[in-house]
Amino acid sequence: MNIFSFDNTFEGLLTLVFESYQRKQFPDEILSGEGGQHVLFGSTLTVITDDRKAERVWNGIISHSSEDNAHRIYRVFLADLPETPLLLLKYIRLIIDSAYNEETNFSEPVVVEFVKLHQKVCKEASRINMFVRFQKTVEGSYYASFAPMYNVLPLCIPHFRDRFADQSWIIYDLKRNYGFLYDLKDVSRVVFEELKVNTQNGQLHSSLLAEDEKLFQQLWKQYYKSICILERKNDKVHRQFLPKRFWKYLPEKSAL
Amino acid sequence: MISESSLEKLKILAGAAKYDVSCASSGTKRTNTQGGIGNAAAWGICHSFAEDGRCISLLKLMLSNYCIYDCAYCINRKSNDIPRTSFTPDEVANLTIEFYRRNYIEGLFLSSGVLRNPDHTMELLIGVAKKLRTEHKYNGYIHLKTIPGANQLLIAEAGLWADRLSVNIEIPSEENLKILAPDKDFKSVLEPMKIISNNILESKEERKQHRKAPLFSPSGQSTQLIIGATNDTDHTILKLSSALYTRRDLKRVYYSGYIPVNTYDNRLPALNTPPLRREHRLYQADWLMRFYGFRSSEIVNTENPNLDLELDPKVTWALRNPHLFPIDINKADPLMLLRVPGIGTHSVQMILMARKHNRLNSSHLQKMGVVMKRARYFITCNELRSQNIQELKPELVRQLLLEKKSAASDNAIQLKLFHPMAPALR
Repeated sequence: MNIFSFDNTFEGLLTLVFESYQRKQFPDEILSGEGGQHVLFGSTLTVITDDRKAERVWNGIISHSSEDNAHRIYRVFLADLPETPLLLLKYIRLIIDSAYNEETNFSEPVVVEFVKLHQKVCKEASRINMFVRFQKTVEGSYYASFAPMYNVLPLCIPHFRDRFADQSWIIYDLKRNYGFLYDLKDVSRVVFEELKVNTQNGQLHSSLLAEDEKLFQQLWKQYYKSICILERKNDKVHRQFLPKRFWKYLPEKSAL
Repeated sequence: MISESSLEKLKILAGAAKYDVSCASSGTKRTNTQGGIGNAAAWGICHSFAEDGRCISLLKLMLSNYCIYDCAYCINRKSNDIPRTSFTPDEVANLTIEFYRRNYIEGLFLSSGVLRNPDHTMELLIGVAKKLRTEHKYNGYIHLKTIPGANQLLIAEAGLWADRLSVNIEIPSEENLKILAPDKDFKSVLEPMKIISNNILESKEERKQHRKAPLFSPSGQSTQLIIGATNDTDHTILKLSSALYTRRDLKRVYYSGYIPVNTYDNRLPALNTPPLRREHRLYQADWLMRFYGFRSSEIVNTENPNLDLELDPKVTWALRNPHLFPIDINKADPLMLLRVPGIGTHSVQMILMARKHNRLNSSHLQKMGVVMKRARYFITCNELRSQNIQELKPELVRQLLLEKKSAASDNAIQLKLFHPMAPALR
């Protein structure tokens, strides 16, 4: 059994594809991050990320399919599930090995699986755009935290950067413990050693909140309550569109 | 500016606005300006969902719920004894900005009861939009309600600040409108629509000449019809919306199941529950007209004036036209694929792309997301050989489709014994 391991970066995965083609040996299992130490049988090949090799694979994908497809592969990579590297390897092989562009061949199970996962990742990203709730801090900047199912924060940053260009903000992924900070000029990646955040609901400690923050949360809750037509109450649809896992981060759904 | 006292106002004026269905924030793509706040995403973004399942995308408010009109179906009619209040334009602008900065909303939807006269009210609404765009450098979404009877020049100005304008027709036929809303007639609502649509066309033409010519209501206009408050048939309703889509180029017609707000008024029917099923079927029919190439006369006509509440309008159309089926998935024209029950726009695209690579069979279709339990009676594909509508006849297909829906009920089990699909009888 062939086992490859890589550093869980996108460039790392592309390098892994390169190495497999060069060795004419394809892994049956791919381990990411530190998981490599726990293998009992067989040998593990540790792939060392090489940007030049990664770029060759990236260009290969584009020339065998399209630039859009290459970006889709990146987005699926962000699904961050244990099985995605293997799915992507299979998918990239299909793309590279065939004479025609296979990205629209939906009779191929790998392609359908890839497209389905891509849809899920995009949906999660759009849910960040929908459900992020900023809290205004004493210094006048805005903070939001969240725990997305997939690692989709990077996909959302351009949207927030354009929309909230005149306020500084932080969006933090509590699950993966990193976030992005915008200081009115640039966006940078940040990791906080010590978080003054209630991880249960993403709320900042009240000493950090701006004076009127609670009032606006209250106004928003009042609005949420008033806009509902009670005669039309529909729990099923409500939960379908607003799954319960998001509730704790939304002021309008929390008891407070 | 905004204080505790705003809470009570918000409660009343959001509550007064909730019967307006429109909440779309799509259709405009605008990037932020230097030093400004906000943009408009072309696809629209919902920010929350109320417990009635409706999306909350915009801060939907009435500027005031005082009104000089006395429309029977409206909660804010002047003869109702309810708490009344008004926001100042500054309050609305500040509330919008503060909510927007926290990513609670996608923009503002502003309506109002008619204060003093239509022109005065329209001026107030325009004032809020103007304030947001100029003083607050706000580039997010704004939807303004046009007050029936407002001056043409005011409508022309509103379109320069707003992304979308709308005039509500509310009652789908003129005779009924006159009975229920003595202060209004069709002319007072259709005239502003005409003005808006002309202005939109003009602005589009101008922008072809000069790239920087001002936008006019870039996200178009919409309207709303109340369903079930009058005896108007679905035929009347869909004929009206079809005319609005083709002749006035409307972006959306919303259907709002009547909720008895003024139970004492005996011009209105006494309903126990709002006609939600009918409303749902009307939206399905609306989608068929806008995205599936159906004409309104194919969905409802004088022989079938109302939509079937039990089955969706695409299925009922297909059952009325069995001679067109079954179609071959691997060869059929895209427009015909769109007409197959169980196949949506997304599936059609996937089928068209995939069949260039391979001949498709039923398991491929299933994986792509085609609803086979409906589609199977209307298609043939590579290898699949199941009984189709020609062999089974429309009546039986109808029964089979209904049966799938209520598989749990006893009725269904009884039916099963008598249809020829049952192996014992075949």
